Amino acid sequence: MSLTNEIIQSKLVEKFGDAVVNVEQPYGFFSFEVPKDLNLKVMQFLYDEPSLQFRFLTDLCAVHFPDNIGRELAVVYHLHNLNQNFRIRMKVFTSIDQPDVFTATRLFSSANWMERETYDFYGVNFVGHPNLKRILNVDEMDYFPMRKEFPLEDQTRIDKDDEMFGRG
Amino acid sequence: MSDIVQQPSHHVKLPDGSIEKQTTTLNLGPTHPATHGVFQNILEVDGERIISAEQTVGYIHRAFEKLAERRPLYQVTPLTDRLNYCSSPINNMGWHLTCEKLLGVTTPKRVDYLRVIIMELARISDHLICNSIVGVDTGAFTGFLYVMQYRELIYEIYEEICGSRLTTNIGRIGGFERNFTNAAFEKLERFLREYPGVLKEFESLFQRNRIFMERTMGSGAISADRALNYGFTGPNLRATGVDYDVRVHSPYSSYEDFDFNIPVGTTGDNYDRWLVRNQEMWQSLQIIEQAYRKVQEFKGADADVYHADVPEYYLPEKQDVYTKMEALIWHFKIIMGEIDMPKGEVYHSVEGGNGELGFYLISDGGRTPYRLHFRRPCFIYYQAFSEISQGAMLSDAIITLSSLNLIAGEMDA
Repeated sequence: MSLTNEIIQSKLVEKFGDAVVNVEQPYGFFSFEVPKDLNLKVMQFLYDEPSLQFRFLTDLCAVHFPDNIGRELAVVYHLHNLNQNFRIRMKVFTSIDQPDVFTATRLFSSANWMERETYDFYGVNFVGHPNLKRILNVDEMDYFPMRKEFPLEDQTRIDKDDEMFGRG
Repeated sequence: MSDIVQQPSHHVKLPDGSIEKQTTTLNLGPTHPATHGVFQNILEVDGERIISAEQTVGYIHRAFEKLAERRPLYQVTPLTDRLNYCSSPINNMGWHLTCEKLLGVTTPKRVDYLRVIIMELARISDHLICNSIVGVDTGAFTGFLYVMQYRELIYEIYEEICGSRLTTNIGRIGGFERNFTNAAFEKLERFLREYPGVLKEFESLFQRNRIFMERTMGSGAISADRALNYGFTGPNLRATGVDYDVRVHSPYSSYEDFDFNIPVGTTGDNYDRWLVRNQEMWQSLQIIEQAYRKVQEFKGADADVYHADVPEYYLPEKQDVYTKMEALIWHFKIIMGEIDMPKGEVYHSVEGGNGELGFYLISDGGRTPYRLHFRRPCFIYYQAFSEISQGAMLSDAIITLSSLNLIAGEMDA
C-alpha cells in the first residue's frame, strides 16, 4: 500500500489526537505541527510504525517569526521514507525566551551537526545534545545572527530601505 | 579496541603490566594540502593509527542564508555557485527549479534537455576531480594530470554558454540567458567523441591496479544502516548498496525521459566509492548523448526556444529594452527587485555532484525569501568522518577524506 497524505494524517491523529495541528499541503508536500514536548515521540512513531517508516532525516533547520509572540522560533524537520519515496515536513514552535527542544541525535546521527548549526544561528537549545556548541561562527559570539533582529545591512542607509524590498 | 576508542583522554588505558604508551594529538589542517580545503581534524594518534578524531569546520562561513534574505530570487544564483564549486551548474539549476516550483513556472522541453546536458557535464567534472584526487592521494599523479584537460573542455563548454568557467551563474528562472551557440554544440560533440576513450584509459589506470586496490579496499568503510542514519546521499550512499538517486526517485527537469542505471556498490569503502563515481560518469555520458539527440530533434522555431515565456522573472532581450516599453518596465522591475512572490513554502532537491542538494524556501509574499536554507550534502557527511576513520591508519584517513568528496564550499554556507 503506497503512502498518501491522508494515510499519514489519519495515523498521526489516531496516535496523537489533537496534538497534531496545522496540517497543510503546500505544493503537495505534507506538512504538520506538533507541540515541542512531543517532537521526539512523534519522530519515534514515524520511525517505528511499520506503515510509515520515516527513517531518513533529510534536513533540519529553524525559522524566526518575531511577530509570533510565544512561538517565535520554528524548528523544521524534513523526513523521508526512502522505501516509498515519500517526504514530510514536521514543525515544532518554541518561545524565544525558553527555546528548549529535545534533540533528535539519539534517533538520527545526522541531526548532530544540523542541530549545532541551528543552535549557532537561532539559539535553539537542543536538550540532551551531546555537544551543543557553535559550529560555523566563532565561539565568543554572544548572539544568534540569523534571528530577524539582526538585519543584514546598516539600518541608517536610506538608498536601500526595507520598503524597497517589500517589507515596509 | 573498543575500550580504547571510548577513552578520549590523553593517556590510553592499557591492561595492567603493559608498558605505558602515550598518544599524540595531531592537528591535520586547516590549510594542510591533504585536508582539501579549510577543515581541521584534531586526531588522537597512537603511532600512525587513529584512535579518535574530532572535526572542526567554520573557517569560511559566508552567511549565504542571511544574504539571501535581502536579495530577489535571481540574485541568489551567484550564492549557490559557491556551494559545491566543482559542479556549480547543478546548484544553479537546483535553485532555479526551486524558484520555478514556487512561482509555478513550467519550462519548455528543450530547456529541460539543455539543463540535463549541463547538469550531467557538471556531474562528470565533479566526479572526475574527485576520482583523480583519490588517485593523487594514493600516490598516482598521472591520472589527475591526464583527465584535467577534459575538465578544461567542460569548462570551455560552460564558457561558450554563459561566459564564465568556475562559478558559472548559468541559467535563469525559466531557462537560460541565451541560446547555446554552435561552438558550444561543437565542443560538446568533441567531448562526447573523445571522453569515452579517456575515461576507459583512466579506468584501466586505476581499477585493477594492485597498489590502488590495496590502498583503498577495506578502508573508510561504512555500512548502509550507518550511512542512512548519518544522512548520506549520492555516490557515498550508493557505494554502500542503497540505490537512492534523486534523479530517479523524484525526477526533475525531464530526467524521466532518459534511460540510465544507478550504479551501486556493496561494501561502502573507498574503493567502492571510486567505482560508483566512475560508473556514474559512464551513465552521465549516456544521458548527455540521449539529451543531445533530443535537442537536435527540435527544428525551425522550436530550435530557438531557450527560456519559458515569463516576463515577470526573466530579463528581456537588451534590444527590446531599448525599443519596447513593456520590456523596459519588466527590466526595471526585475532589476530593482520589485516583483512580489507568491506566499508559500517549498522544498526542492536535486542530485548534486555529491548527493541530495536541497533548497528549503519560505516566502511571506515579499520580494525576497523570508527564509532560505540549503541542505548541503558535504556538511552532513563530514560528521561521519570521525566514526569511519577510527582505528584506521593516518594515510587511509586522507584517502577517506578525498573519497568522500568533501568540498569546503558546501561545508559552511
